[in-house]
Amino acid sequence: MEPSVKKKVLTVDDSRTMRDMVSFTLKGAGYDVVEAADGQQALGVIGANKVDLVITDLNMPVMDGLTLIRRLRATPAHRTLPILMLTTEADEKKKSEGRAVGATGWIVKPFNPEKLISVVQKVCG
Amino acid sequence: MEDLSRFKQTYFDESAELLEVAEAGLLRLTPGEVDSDEVNAIFRAVHSIKGGGGAFGFTELVAFAHEFETVMDGVRNNTVPVTTELVDTLIRANDLLGQMLAYAREGDPAPAGTTDGTVAALRRHLSGGAPQAQAPAAAPAAPAPVPVYADDEDDEAGLFGDAMAAIAAARAEEDPVPPGKLRWTIVFRPRPDLLMSGNEPAFMLRALRRLGDATVECHTDALPTLQTLEAELLHLSWTVTLLADADVDLDKINDVFEFVADDCDIRITADAPPPAAPEAPPPVTDPLPVAAPPAVVAAVPEPPPKTPGADAPKAEAARPRPNGGGAEHAGLTSHTIRVDLDKIDRLVNMVGEMVITQAMIAEHVRELPPGEFQELLEGLEQLAQHTRELRESVMSIRAQPVSSVFSRMPRLVRECAATTGKEVQLVTSGETTEVDKTVVENLVDPLTHMIRNSIDHGLEGPEERERVGKPRAGTVHLSAQHRSGRIVIEITDDGRGINRPKVLSKAIEKGLVQPGATLSDEEIDNLIFLPGFSTADQVSNLSGRGVGMDVVRRNITSLGGRIGVYSTPGEGSRFVLSLPLTLAVLDGMVISVGEERFVLPLTNIVESLRPKAADLHGLVGKCDVMMARGEYVRLVYLHQLFGIPGAVADPTRALVVLVETEDGSRLGLVVDEVLGQQQVVIKSLEANFRRLDGVAAATILGDGRVALILDVAGLREMSRHMDSRAPRPPSSPVAALPAPALEPV
Repeated sequence: MEPSVKKKVLTVDDSRTMRDMVSFTLKGAGYDVVEAADGQQALGVIGANKVDLVITDLNMPVMDGLTLIRRLRATPAHRTLPILMLTTEADEKKKSEGRAVGATGWIVKPFNPEKLISVVQKVCG
Repeated sequence: MEDLSRFKQTYFDESAELLEVAEAGLLRLTPGEVDSDEVNAIFRAVHSIKGGGGAFGFTELVAFAHEFETVMDGVRNNTVPVTTELVDTLIRANDLLGQMLAYAREGDPAPAGTTDGTVAALRRHLSGGAPQAQAPAAAPAAPAPVPVYADDEDDEAGLFGDAMAAIAAARAEEDPVPPGKLRWTIVFRPRPDLLMSGNEPAFMLRALRRLGDATVECHTDALPTLQTLEAELLHLSWTVTLLADADVDLDKINDVFEFVADDCDIRITADAPPPAAPEAPPPVTDPLPVAAPPAVVAAVPEPPPKTPGADAPKAEAARPRPNGGGAEHAGLTSHTIRVDLDKIDRLVNMVGEMVITQAMIAEHVRELPPGEFQELLEGLEQLAQHTRELRESVMSIRAQPVSSVFSRMPRLVRECAATTGKEVQLVTSGETTEVDKTVVENLVDPLTHMIRNSIDHGLEGPEERERVGKPRAGTVHLSAQHRSGRIVIEITDDGRGINRPKVLSKAIEKGLVQPGATLSDEEIDNLIFLPGFSTADQVSNLSGRGVGMDVVRRNITSLGGRIGVYSTPGEGSRFVLSLPLTLAVLDGMVISVGEERFVLPLTNIVESLRPKAADLHGLVGKCDVMMARGEYVRLVYLHQLFGIPGAVADPTRALVVLVETEDGSRLGLVVDEVLGQQQVVIKSLEANFRRLDGVAAATILGDGRVALILDVAGLREMSRHMDSRAPRPPSSPVAALPAPALEPV
């Protein structure tokens, strides 16, 4: 029972390569994708779009991923919005930091496309 | 799944930019004044290169980037002190990262040991000096599952667990598992606040369904009464029975609960088909240490006291946040696109051809009877206007700030300072000045050489500077600005200035100047541009690379540019470089001399006039001057210079086009006629024919004829040479003419 309406994913990363790859992979799996290059932009995108999932990098200029998650979680409308961190390492410290601010889960870079999609399905159907 | 290799190009392009960002940041990194934004930017640059590299499997590169990143992380956290040695190491690391990228791009493995030295140097800077033994290259494609199921020695789970085991065992008896399948029983009891992390059990159940045939049973036993119900909390739990193929292992099921493992009670048990089956079951035992019936049960008791981590989101959420809106960005991430340079070059070329065609049509139209084709003429007028705008738009696409060249110079200065033992401060200004990409690219070599030259020859050592009352550190100022349709780049130093007696004696010694010749200061200064000239007593590593200022000047003139030097002994030198904004098109005035057509760059033209006989003064030799606007201007007869027959020789019957070079000196070019203004497409004469004195380039006119584009400064040189063959009049007003305004350095 796949959802009939396309889910919209926001990918937040300062690396264009990474945004391109995430975008490409998700679009191939039938998701709508919007992009932002940092946390601040992401807040703007979320203000203008109804997104079903946020995938955010941790290290970014202007506003980093942890701050973005905190900001989103502080907004009632986004208290339960799935937010995945895209981290370079399977580093427990980073994960628990993310968990502490309210991240839904994490994806380890480099991601492989299948894994990315399965994780996305796991948190937003 | 689709291949991601199509993104490699983007990755390499992006990485090249990131390397520059990192380098610029590293060069600004000074012990004692560490700017955390700067450090973060460097960290992120390395981090992004590593992240992307991982995606394409560049393991060597990723391993090295990790070492680099680890040290940057230390700098970021103030655990690695910023020292000059550290900065040097980091700059080397950045270079090496660029090399690793180059190897990756070529698909070559880096030679063994390429990174060893730098890695060792990086590790030495880590606090405590403990080598970081981790091998990030092997960063797993998937995170190692957290062994949350292993703590089954926790016997408090006994009651529940036993019951589960009993159920599973009972089912195994009455409902045998088909061969080749495994039956999993998964009990999933999330903590009430699971939803607050954005996790949604429904999706996890759906994910389990994708693994096989699943039956989901929902437990509502913990559901509170309506009065006490908190809608944001989760009170349900589930038991899923999953009949899956044998390749579905514990890891895959664990993966489903990857993010919630710490916030749930999960028990997973497995039944294998009866071992009696003649065809042996697939070898699933390897990943399944828990699979042996009776079921092994991992269990955690009822929601234990929450971990501090689990509390945090709520605490964070409750905190009021100023500036919480964040709607200032419209939601678009980028307004730029990346375009292959070839495409733009093609566009520039096409516009160039169009300019020629338009000129050609204009040429033909001029021959039409006047007054009859008014609409056609108006249309052509518009076409000309649009062509001009199109040309400007296209050229602006290729426009680049000179910062892309300037940003390389701090590095150079650093190296030169280290080599010469001098203290140098580089100041840049006008970095945002935009020029065509072709020009920017051609700036690198001349600037590199001139800055080396300034440091090596111009600046004094710190002790000497102190002796003469200057600050120990010399300053090299690099600036760019637009001036009358050209870009002017200046390199100024506050060093000792050109040592004129030494330059002169050297030039005489090398036979470049006749002994006993009297030269003006300016002429002496300009000797450094002569081929084969070098003031360095010894060939130093820095400037004596067989490249002299003559080569610099040749490079510059081949770009349609000019270079001048102004020096004040004891105070410093200033090199002024003037270049066209683009190497593709220019606005010119077409002039005729006899049967020949020439193009004069519009930017050089002051005015054209027809002199009266009284304005003209013949000087001894070939030099004639003309009084124009209260100033004597040397006349240059183009027909003489280029040997053109049939031209008008008498200035009072010809036209004099007054032209000016960037340094303000003027010439009067004697021509037959001025035919009109026109945009011309510049075709390199060197590339298509050979270099000619006094000529910057060539172009094709509307009638298909080739015309030479004149180089005014070159013409001045040529006319001087003609003079120098004749005896110089002792009090020639000309001698005083071209002296450029010498601004204090």
